[in-house]
Amino acid sequence: MSLTMDNIKTKLGPADLKDGTAATKIKRFIGDYGIIVLFVVILLVLAAAAPNFLTLNNIVNVVRQSSIIGLIALGMTFIMITAGIDLSVGSIVGLAGMTFALLAPASGGAFWLPLIVGLGVGLLVGFLSAALVVWGAILPFLATLATMAIARTAVLVMTNGQVVSGLSGPAEWLGSGFIGPVPVPVIIFLIAAIICEFVLSRTKFGSHVYAVGGNEESAKKVGISTGRVLFAVYLIGGVTAALGGLVLTARLDGAAPVAGTGYELQVIAAVVIGGTSLFGGVGTIRGTVIGVLLLGVVMNGMNLLGVSSYYQQGVQGIILVLAVLLNRWKSD
Amino acid sequence: MTDAPPATPPLVALHDIHKTFGAVSALRGVSIDVQPGETFALLGDNAAGKSTLMKVLTGVYQPDRGFIELDGQRTEFPTPSASRDQGVEMVYQDFALADNLDVRSNIFLGREPQKNILGPLLKIIDRKKMEAETKRVLERLDIPINPRLKVKRLSGGQRQAVAIGRALAFDARLIIMDEPTANLSVAKVDKLIEVTQRLKDLGIAVIIITHRLDEAFAVADRFAVMRQGQVVGRFRVGDVSEAQVAHLISHGTLDDYVDNGSGIPEERRKIGSTSSMDVVDAVAARGSKGGNGS
Repeated sequence: MSLTMDNIKTKLGPADLKDGTAATKIKRFIGDYGIIVLFVVILLVLAAAAPNFLTLNNIVNVVRQSSIIGLIALGMTFIMITAGIDLSVGSIVGLAGMTFALLAPASGGAFWLPLIVGLGVGLLVGFLSAALVVWGAILPFLATLATMAIARTAVLVMTNGQVVSGLSGPAEWLGSGFIGPVPVPVIIFLIAAIICEFVLSRTKFGSHVYAVGGNEESAKKVGISTGRVLFAVYLIGGVTAALGGLVLTARLDGAAPVAGTGYELQVIAAVVIGGTSLFGGVGTIRGTVIGVLLLGVVMNGMNLLGVSSYYQQGVQGIILVLAVLLNRWKSD
Repeated sequence: MTDAPPATPPLVALHDIHKTFGAVSALRGVSIDVQPGETFALLGDNAAGKSTLMKVLTGVYQPDRGFIELDGQRTEFPTPSASRDQGVEMVYQDFALADNLDVRSNIFLGREPQKNILGPLLKIIDRKKMEAETKRVLERLDIPINPRLKVKRLSGGQRQAVAIGRALAFDARLIIMDEPTANLSVAKVDKLIEVTQRLKDLGIAVIIITHRLDEAFAVADRFAVMRQGQVVGRFRVGDVSEAQVAHLISHGTLDDYVDNGSGIPEERRKIGSTSSMDVVDAVAARGSKGGNGS
């Protein structure tokens, strides 16, 4: 029998993986935990360099600041695992936040009503993106570039470009309140992250999200309704972005029509740093949470150390590049 | 007649299937039958109608005319899942796997077993069951693979085993393999012979769609040759030579076949004639019992 590539792979493949040479073991460890190690190193460096860093106050502050980007990143993770992308999330933040700000003062005691309408707005934009992607067969990048522009236009037209401020008490609580020592936005982010982690890693739907991202044709052949899966992820992305917008509005006690501009890039960066592949099929909510916190901690640390804000975006860019290189090296 | 048709009905029989797409007649009255546990090859060139016929059998297409029998009972496969529910499984040419998922997830892709947590409203995937079933199925094929390995780490032969395992996991009675060696190295054809033998031992019938004669002659008990939407010949392996079949595939008839010394008796030379299927069948059936494909 000739020694073909296939034979070699059959002979070496599984055994190689079961036992693993020292080199592959180290590689797998760095691949799986590299970003966590990096995160811990950054924490240690900042703790040593900035005396205020490791205070409870500061940590609570970092997590609270990260929770809005974090919420949006949860939905983005679903979308990116299907090999899609959603550029409209920043505009959804603006639109949902503005809707909330306009309705909240008038709603009196019915504090939940503007919340639901705000989330509904996010769903609507998500639906529009999904319809373009699934029914229109338009590339997600282009489809959501369009919905990004459309949703932003809607905010601007709604308020004629004006800022709206002053929410009612309970609405404000959503952004500034505490339950025990924990800020409300952090609790919302945590609960949303746990739900998303559960759905993505334990349910049939979650498994199908990975399958669609891994090989859409195969998923279709085995009878998975790929259109339905894609619709679902863009709806999830719309809702989590809207939730981020509501929290932002509540936190600022008002909404600006340009709120959320540029968030999509920060969110995509955080998701990629967390190990999700732009090519789809790979990624976890756990990773995304770490990616979000890592970026949040770095920004906070630079502020504490008095690094000029001119440098901050550049540092984010460098971290992004490192994360992408790590992910690619891992999957080789 | 010692080799009369068996008393038990065929596992699957397609009767006089017609299928037209616009102006194109993809299938023009095709009939084939497959016995339980038999390995049947469907030979023909590209666009001969093999794939269309199999799509009718797997519920992807509905025939314009003709019908399907299962265990001698007339049945319909309005959807792919209806066909799968009856034990007809397809192994695609590209194996239809998701590289980013592990072996067990691929075996159960789209049909993941679930279990309730906190009541019937909340269901999660039962990975333990998936793992146990995956092991069992791959053991039956005698191709042990770690169920937790990502499919992208597997060789071509192992990938095929996963694709066949997928069919086995759901109690397939008939497995259709589309060009099963297209994605394998040459050496892997031996393994395919082994696997189809294994499936035969398990009592599972196999239809192999192929345009490769060596493959059909190596694994099949019987085969049918299709050309331009019709069956132009049906044989037991051993009744005809590869040269004759090659001629049949390209010309649709053996009437003008020139025997260059392959020693096929005169009467058999006419078996490719399409004028009457009954004649073809009768001649093919008269062929030796001794012909076998393994």
